[in-house]
Amino acid sequence: MDPDAIAAQEERLGNAIEVEGLVRDFGGTRAVDGVDLRVPTGRVLGLLGPNGAGKTTVVRMLATLLTPTAGAARVGGFDVAREGARVREIIGLTGQYASVDEKLTGRENLILIGRLLGLKRRDARARADELLADFDLREAGQRPAQTYSGGMRRRLDLAASLVGHPRILFLDEPSTGLDPRARRDLWDRVRQLQTDGTTVLLTTQYLEEADALADSIVVLDHGRVIAEGTAAELKARVGGRTLFLMVAQPEQAAMAAERVATVTGGMPVVEGETISVPVSDPGLLPAVLRDLDTQNIEVAELGLRGASLDDVFLSLTGRSGASREQP
Amino acid sequence: MNAIDQTLALAWRSLVQVRRNPWELGDYSIQPILFLVLFLFVFGGAIAGSPENYLAFVLPGVIVMNMLFVTVYVGHGLNTDLTRGVFDRFRALPIPRWAPLAGRILADVVKQVLCIALLLIVGFLLGFRLETSWAHLLAMVALVLSFAVAFSWVMVLVGVLARDPEHVQLFGFTALFPITFVSSAFVPVDTMPGWLQGFVQANPVSLLADAARGLMNADGPALEPALWSLAWALGIALVFAPLSVYALNRRLARG
Repeated sequence: MDPDAIAAQEERLGNAIEVEGLVRDFGGTRAVDGVDLRVPTGRVLGLLGPNGAGKTTVVRMLATLLTPTAGAARVGGFDVAREGARVREIIGLTGQYASVDEKLTGRENLILIGRLLGLKRRDARARADELLADFDLREAGQRPAQTYSGGMRRRLDLAASLVGHPRILFLDEPSTGLDPRARRDLWDRVRQLQTDGTTVLLTTQYLEEADALADSIVVLDHGRVIAEGTAAELKARVGGRTLFLMVAQPEQAAMAAERVATVTGGMPVVEGETISVPVSDPGLLPAVLRDLDTQNIEVAELGLRGASLDDVFLSLTGRSGASREQP
Repeated sequence: MNAIDQTLALAWRSLVQVRRNPWELGDYSIQPILFLVLFLFVFGGAIAGSPENYLAFVLPGVIVMNMLFVTVYVGHGLNTDLTRGVFDRFRALPIPRWAPLAGRILADVVKQVLCIALLLIVGFLLGFRLETSWAHLLAMVALVLSFAVAFSWVMVLVGVLARDPEHVQLFGFTALFPITFVSSAFVPVDTMPGWLQGFVQANPVSLLADAARGLMNADGPALEPALWSLAWALGIALVFAPLSVYALNRRLARG
């Protein structure tokens, strides 16, 4: 689709989530400080930020679990403060913790949610079985959730938030604590939901997750929006590229970094035997190689890459993102 | 109608949980029987001359004690839901915001009925004879249940304030042991030192045990302690229900 057609479609479908000047105080501290957001219907918005940036607080206000101190938010056209009950009819929520009942089986958990959503007993059972099959939990569905692995639990949690076919889904740090395979699986499921037309707002501290899933990204830090756009737009904002090289002998890393600094005029970052530095001129690559050669520093790997969201985050906040950190 | 269905579904869920919690199941089955049998055969001779004579005195006492211990699970379950995020899931669903609490308390009433029935059956098997009438016995059950519902609000507060479910249990039982034992539930008040009798007589557990005893045995007053028990139940509910809801809203607003 060409950009004009996409814009026209978004105009027609409107925004599923609209947030203006949202503020939330806890005691004396301001956790969310005037956030504006817009998520077009059927799109995935990634809310990206480090721990304590206010992502979860924003989601909890949108899911009507917390009242805003100031500002306004509409979810599916309903005001979260005045029409909370209507909002709860059209949303699904998956929290940071797998919020299922551990003593119940997976199937019982889903039946309970179905019953609470007003399904008849038989329909609640049918919907539970359907979701268990969809989420590869058919067998596990008969066991208490406390016996599940982290990945299974998260799948059950996601299934529980989908029982009522929500139009708008909130995923609060959906892949925190999951191993890479379980994370891939979860990503596939979120993409599937997107294809089905569900509007998704997901929070994450994993830069690659926002990059992989979100149509657009809002970067939050200290309760404020510090940047927004598509992943490509954000990367373009940082501009330039990163030159990286790996030395063959680790003990030569420091010396190599010194040479790289001299040649490029930048401030290289050294991690083990890897050295990286932002550069604007790709012509520096052969210059660096020649210089290291004259110093008898053996290079194992050398290259240029475009800015990652990690670099974006670093340049926006002055701190590194959390992509390598385990919570 | 919908709200009632939702409350019933939540109560069903609290009852299904018991199946997978052997400790809780034990507290509803083995523990009350154990208490009754131990008290009867260990203390019966010393307190009443013989276990047979003690049964009519101790059975109502054990029913009251067990009722109090069972309410701890209201706080325990609520705290588990709060700390594990289950409560948030419920609150994000289109159900009345009071339904999760109502479901818990309703489930508690069902557990209480089963426990009382179990204790009565074991009591009858051990030789208890009802000297009053079935109507009196039903009145006893209704009285104990009303007190349980009121006292549940104390445990809701504990459940809201406690850091984790283990602390609810620790605090619950630590508080309940003295108030049940320093009462007339197991021992006649006039055998205690004078300075203790004042406290024991004012203790609502004594009043409830006396009322239950009066409703199950022909000797002894029933109406007066029953009215006092109801007054206590009402007072506890009036103080602790708003306090619990206030504390719960505060905890939820914390983020």
